[in-house]
Amino acid sequence: MADFTSGFWNIFITVLTLLGVFGCGLLLWAQSRQQIVVKPGADGEVGTTGHVWDENLTELNTPMPRWWMWLFYITIVFGLVYLYLYPGLGSYAGKLGWTSTGEYAEELKKADAEYGPLFDGFVKQDLKTVAADPKAHAIGERLFLTYCSQCHGSDAHGSKGFPNLTDKDWLYGGDPETIKTTLLHGRNGIMPPMGAALGSEKDVENVAQYVLSLSDSTSDPIKRVLGQSKFAVCAACHGADAKGNQALGSPNLTDKIWLYGGSADTIMETIRKGRNNVMPAFKDFLGEAKVHVLAAYVWSLSNDPVAQK
Amino acid sequence: MSTPEVSVIKMYAAREEIYPREIKGRYATLRWLCVWLTQLVFYGLPWLQWNDRQALLFDLGARKFYIFGIVLWPQDFIYLAVLLIICAYGLFLVTAVAGRVWCGFACPQTVYTEIFMWIERQVEGTRSARMRLDKQPWGIDKLWRKSAKHLAWGAVALWTGLTFVGYFTPVRSLIGAVASLGLGPWEWFWILFYSLATYGNAGWMREQVCKYMCPYARFQSSMFDKDTLIITYDTDRGEPRGPRSKTAAATASVAAANAQGDCIDCSMCVQVCPTGIDIRDGLQYECIGCAACVDACNSVMAKIDLPAGLIRYSTDHAISKKWSFKQMQARVLRPRVLIYTAILALIVTAFFTSLFMRTPLKMDVIRDRGSMGREVEEGMIENVYRLQIMNTDEISHHFKISVHGIDGIALASADELDLEGTGSRAVPVRVRIPAGEGRSGSNKISFTLVATDHDSQQVTEKAVFFVPRGAGHDDHDKKHDDH
Repeated sequence: MADFTSGFWNIFITVLTLLGVFGCGLLLWAQSRQQIVVKPGADGEVGTTGHVWDENLTELNTPMPRWWMWLFYITIVFGLVYLYLYPGLGSYAGKLGWTSTGEYAEELKKADAEYGPLFDGFVKQDLKTVAADPKAHAIGERLFLTYCSQCHGSDAHGSKGFPNLTDKDWLYGGDPETIKTTLLHGRNGIMPPMGAALGSEKDVENVAQYVLSLSDSTSDPIKRVLGQSKFAVCAACHGADAKGNQALGSPNLTDKIWLYGGSADTIMETIRKGRNNVMPAFKDFLGEAKVHVLAAYVWSLSNDPVAQK
Repeated sequence: MSTPEVSVIKMYAAREEIYPREIKGRYATLRWLCVWLTQLVFYGLPWLQWNDRQALLFDLGARKFYIFGIVLWPQDFIYLAVLLIICAYGLFLVTAVAGRVWCGFACPQTVYTEIFMWIERQVEGTRSARMRLDKQPWGIDKLWRKSAKHLAWGAVALWTGLTFVGYFTPVRSLIGAVASLGLGPWEWFWILFYSLATYGNAGWMREQVCKYMCPYARFQSSMFDKDTLIITYDTDRGEPRGPRSKTAAATASVAAANAQGDCIDCSMCVQVCPTGIDIRDGLQYECIGCAACVDACNSVMAKIDLPAGLIRYSTDHAISKKWSFKQMQARVLRPRVLIYTAILALIVTAFFTSLFMRTPLKMDVIRDRGSMGREVEEGMIENVYRLQIMNTDEISHHFKISVHGIDGIALASADELDLEGTGSRAVPVRVRIPAGEGRSGSNKISFTLVATDHDSQQVTEKAVFFVPRGAGHDDHDKKHDDH
């Protein structure tokens, strides 16, 4: 444990803690030996400590029960045992070696042991079969709402920069196995900045108009013809027919589905500055079994698993 | 009293063993009645069944609390808070009227001490026998009596611990699990902890719990006033105290009889006191109001042909002003008592009304934060929500979701679902409004969930619908005309 830059603080905290504990013990021992002289009060009735508050409030000089003193000693012993077993004295890790991360791992292991067999059952099945299982669907939905909805939305319809998972338009392919691969290993979609490659700002505008015309969106008839000649640069990834390439993750430009927006301004910005999009890998975080159930659920969002079974 | 002299004490004093003498009488009978009543309820309740489940079960793991026909969820925690408030006000009221009757008759500490002392009497004998036994050196007789007592105490304590845990883990399976030693570590801990607490508190600690540990014993003095019922010794009638012989009483002159108080200083009231005080010294903080001394004194007064009630339930005012019972009774309805009663009645009514009128259905609306409002086909605006739906009923229902608040607002996703009894589910829903409806920014809407098979089961929750700037009306163009 390198919580401190100097070894001095370990010793400082250890000494301070132990001094505190033994100081309490010493105080208790000294107190229990002390003898108090009790004088009868003015009215000859009961002895008080002699303190008077608010004119007439006095404190009786009643001794505490002795078992109370033993309780104090027990807490001291408890404290010392605790400090021996658990981390508490500077950088001393404690006899039991307990850590909060260790406890988390322990609980995770317990949960895996409990739910593991359930997921193992699903993993052995074909993804389409899992998708048709209502129980797996319910589990998948819960997993999705916990781990995926932050970006893709509770309804999986996505938002700007985060793909809609319920349409049939897939960047990397929409068969169950490919979806599972995407979830397991993540994806990194890169649209390089093309402003310089295309030439002037005018060229960027023309290409954008041509791209708009590909999906029959409103476009400038002159500019789009000018842009078409420059599209060869884009065709390397998006293909000559502009239908994209799922092996690269390059989007189809001929449908009206836009990841970042389909206005001329947005398309120009995309061409000029490029885009860099990351889908994180979930293999290490969730494990293959959960990803399997999750992939089946995501696939079922745009397919009817019962009909396809 | 003898004048106290200058003495030297330690700051921690050893406890002086108290050997309360057994006493029979009206109040002792009443206390035994309370013992039977409270313990029949405590030991018996976990065994009651209700529709194939334990009638009273607090399932901490599943966070469901079954109370006969009612299932409460953590969201219903307010009921527990109100219940505790009711208990507190109940104690305030009872204490203001009748002093520490709770302490003397119904408090678990008193009840278990009573049970443990009964066992002690069966094994070790009467007060004097017990004192003799404790002074004796260890021998066969002392050894078996002490062991038998502690074994019996331990058995009662264990059964109490088991019963306690039986409120949290189904008691029927618990008994089987104990027999086969198949309990979880926490069940073991709580059974042993509660057993040990019972054994220690009722067997060893006894009056010390009331004197040093119980907070209620301390703060209830603030609820006392001069019209609160307390155990009192009638000083005027009793003093000067002293022994008298029957023949002397019969033959002595009137003057001699007048000079003598009714108290014969037999010390019975001190011997029966479970906290070891002398009630003749006046009201003391140790007095738990158990009235054992009243029973003791009355039995002595009966033997010497004097009227009962030298030690009795009375009030400060009644004693000092020599009020009759009627006069004392008239003071019961004083402002403090009336206010406590009114508040208590109000809370109890609110509690039960709310408990029985509540809908066994809950819904939380969580708006998706990832996207604000988005434009979909035909210029419609769509927002996404997650509805956390909890069916707190014990049977499954079919539910229908609807949404209101903006003209033309409707769900674009499935609006019906089934949910099993005591089930919970998060349902993502998409809500759409036609182009041009709503105003830019947030609009107030509400979701309604109805059980289609049971119309009275419905909840409505508020939410916000967001319309992107430019897509709705401007702020000053509010749609008030059609609402």
